[in-house]
Amino acid sequence: MTKTISLTLKVWRQKSGNASGKFVTYQVPTVDVNASFLEMLDVLNEQLLLKGEDPIAFDHDCREGICGMCGAVVNGQPHGPQRKTTMCQLHMRQFQDGDTITIEPYRARALPVLRDLVVDRSAFDRVVQSGGYVSVKTGQAPDANAILIPKQDADLAMDAAQCIGCAACVAACPNASAMLFVSAKVSHFALLPQGQPERQNRVLEMLATMDRERFGNCSNEYQCGAACPKGISVSNIARMNRDYLSSKMRLS
Amino acid sequence: MTTLQSGVPSGPIDQKWTKHRFDMKLVNPANRRKYTVIVVGTGLAGASAAASLGEMGYNVLSFCFQDSSRRAHSIAAQGGINAAKNYANDGDSVYRLFYDTVKGGDFRAREANVHRLSEVSVNIIDQCVAQGVPFAREYGGLLDNRSFGGAQVARTFYAKGQTGQQLLLGAYSAMMKEVAKGTVRLFTRREMMDVVVVDGRARGIVVRHLVTGEIESFAADAVVLATGGYGNVFYLSTNAKGCNVTATWRAHRKGAFFANPCFTQIHPTCIPVHGEYQSKLTLMSESLRNDGRVWVPKQSGDTRSPSNIPESERDYYLETRYKSFGNLVPRDIASRNAKMVCDEGRGVNGELAVYLDFADSIKRLGQSTIEARYGNLFEMYERITGEDPYSVPMKIYPAIHYTMGGLWVDYNLQSTIPGLHVIGEANFSDHGANRLGASALMQGLADGYFILPYTLGHYLATAPLDPVSSRHPEFEKCETLVRDRISQLLAIKGSRSVDSFHRELGLLVWDECGMSRSEAGLRRALDKIPEIRDEFWASVMVSGSGAELNQTLEKAGRVADFLEFAELMVTDALERNESCGGHFREESQTEEGEALRNDTDYCHVAAWAFSGDLSKPVLHKEALTFEEVPLSQRSYK
Ligand SMILES: Cc1cc2nc3c(=O)[nH]c(=O)nc-3n(C[C@H](O)[C@H](O)[C@H](O)COP(=O)(O)OP(=O)(O)OC[C@H]3O[C@@H](n4cnc5c(N)ncnc54)[C@H](O)[C@@H]3O)c2cc1C
Ligand code: FES
Repeated sequence: MTKTISLTLKVWRQKSGNASGKFVTYQVPTVDVNASFLEMLDVLNEQLLLKGEDPIAFDHDCREGICGMCGAVVNGQPHGPQRKTTMCQLHMRQFQDGDTITIEPYRARALPVLRDLVVDRSAFDRVVQSGGYVSVKTGQAPDANAILIPKQDADLAMDAAQCIGCAACVAACPNASAMLFVSAKVSHFALLPQGQPERQNRVLEMLATMDRERFGNCSNEYQCGAACPKGISVSNIARMNRDYLSSKMRLS
Repeated sequence: MTTLQSGVPSGPIDQKWTKHRFDMKLVNPANRRKYTVIVVGTGLAGASAAASLGEMGYNVLSFCFQDSSRRAHSIAAQGGINAAKNYANDGDSVYRLFYDTVKGGDFRAREANVHRLSEVSVNIIDQCVAQGVPFAREYGGLLDNRSFGGAQVARTFYAKGQTGQQLLLGAYSAMMKEVAKGTVRLFTRREMMDVVVVDGRARGIVVRHLVTGEIESFAADAVVLATGGYGNVFYLSTNAKGCNVTATWRAHRKGAFFANPCFTQIHPTCIPVHGEYQSKLTLMSESLRNDGRVWVPKQSGDTRSPSNIPESERDYYLETRYKSFGNLVPRDIASRNAKMVCDEGRGVNGELAVYLDFADSIKRLGQSTIEARYGNLFEMYERITGEDPYSVPMKIYPAIHYTMGGLWVDYNLQSTIPGLHVIGEANFSDHGANRLGASALMQGLADGYFILPYTLGHYLATAPLDPVSSRHPEFEKCETLVRDRISQLLAIKGSRSVDSFHRELGLLVWDECGMSRSEAGLRRALDKIPEIRDEFWASVMVSGSGAELNQTLEKAGRVADFLEFAELMVTDALERNESCGGHFREESQTEEGEALRNDTDYCHVAAWAFSGDLSKPVLHKEALTFEEVPLSQRSYK
């Protein structure tokens, strides 16, 4: 027998970026505990649709915790209560019968709401455009094994490179800073020989873009690291700060 | 009538591509910026193509439906990417990779294309490393390799269990670099609704802006589709939710032939279906079969918990039936056998599931070794099912995973519409009737980085291309049709949800055109699909308007196209009365129940033309010849 629970949802509804929004309460009486959080929303949406109401808009795609498309604030936490778990991988057995769950979009100046739980994260793309790459063109590469990289460095670079760009770190930060996101990209390249030639410029440009895109500053709250579904370490921020200072000094 | 010209160059197999590259016309670097190229899709294929074309100096317009191009479905690939580097010194070579791929595809791919793919595979790894892709390394600092199904050498490069993510982020960052330079312009949250053909050539697209609902036209000198596969026609699959057939189907309706639509791949190890509300299936990597043993109870109706079923009452059916390959038989065989034992009523608790048991490996190697090898997968399994696979065997069942079929393309990756090129999973590709693990990533990047940039240049240099603007009457005509279709969907205001139709269609094609196909079943499906389609257009419910972010409307458009496409897929499966690779026709099997190919009648690519009548597509055949790898029956006994 599958177990079901009964829930009260308080969901942020907002028709468009310009419209004002409000919380709307829904009763969902029989939620299968084996369903994922998004499947629970699917079921509710199907009911709303057949009643002629607009379903709740939310972003998602892979539903495997890797594309970074899903994400909202569930009971005050980006992606919800389970550690290192995206909202699409969160399952209803994490909740109790009778619970009330609040669901609202990420809130940050740099991530404006488009509708309901959907926000605009294009600022992240613009941050990457300002330096989150190695300037190599197709066809210019030497043999792959000509570049030796110690395993420890490769593994650390991989840990940083795992960021899925979901923006939970921004939503968790009291200042809506994107430091964890930017530092993950900066660290990924800083740890590899391929990233060295552009290392100084990269960190300066990406941080300047972050400011321009109206993300906040870091005041070492470290909420970002706790919220990150991929467990990206806040030590990347320290690494980036060191890089930033030395790059600034060398340039001045 | 169009005749299919594959355009494969003459000469020895290992010199065809080199010769062809020399023979193709070039566009002068100073002239390239005068050409506009549309690339739809930002997965491995689309992102690598857009970045490379931008670097060459073309004016590139890039489209995807996600909010960022980094989120394309390629991001989800886990296992790895093949390349004939022979770093493992175990006898690999371009020729061996070519040979394995032709054989693995059960002799239904074009030899010349596969050889080219193997040739450029080595450049892909170089390119990705130079971009900073953090592939796994050995302690000496050199790249590490693992082995994968269907090969006897270790040629698979990987980045933990997130190879697709890292490769895609590499291609994405290369593209962002071009965006910064202004050669590539990004159009995210756009759904391609149609291709615009002017004077017989693809000259642009019409898209819907998914936030504002605006219908927009974009004109270009050539259009590239890199829009991925159509696995979601089955509703439940391992694909991302947004994967669709819309772009390729709309192109098909405009004249692009659809090749081998019935060639679909089923992956044997996925987490089983557990409820009506289920929205997708999750893959458990193929690598698990290295240490896990597959079994079911010998007796049907045995509902004891697995720990209470003694060894003597378990059936390790793959190990018994396939002595030499055991649990590591290719995907199609492992999948079909799981279905067989479940159809006999011997699935776990009579359900559609078999055990994948790690108890022996844990006893032999210790839990910590298993954890080091598969920790992240075990964690994901537990998160989804709530069961701990270290103490209770995993339950798995096959699921749709990949589609080998796609738009027909010639050696230059051009479809039957001049100027419309198709790359990645969206084309009918180099995998024949079955794709080997770790070869889709290779093909996507081969197409985008190293093949299309040459062949597209040749097209631009040789085609007569008069200037066309997006105010050309063809665009206006197309926009009107797109708007009308949207209005029609919104006007139905029926009583059934879009998902309910998608589920109904998916279940039907899974039952009749999934792991095992019979004439009677395929005919049943052909009767039923038009009925579901009619019912959809009579009673689907789409709320809201077209002038806003409307996810129900997006889904409805995609499901409407799946409902048309499914009929072609089933027709193709019925037409091909042989078993090959992932296509198993019950009428065509050996005495032991293995797939039986029929090379006399079916050694061809089936390329379908749209006739205007959905139930009467027109079949064209491209004959396949095998000069290098002699035709033979696969055996894994
Ligand atoms: C779970 C999983 C694991 C896998 N693991 C491996 C592996 O280990 N090794 C391997 O080789 N292969 C693997 N594969 C297969 C491989 O990931 C895919 O075949 C490959 O990534 C497809 O790439 P693509 O660029 O062709 O398309 P995709 O990555 O699917 O990209 C499609 C793009 O087209 C866009 N698009 C689609 N339709 C439209 C439209 N109508 N309008 C606008 N834009 C549109 C999308 O926005 C997206 O950008 C795996 C597949 C799955 C599902
Ligand atoms: S939907 Fe892809 S990470 Fe959640």
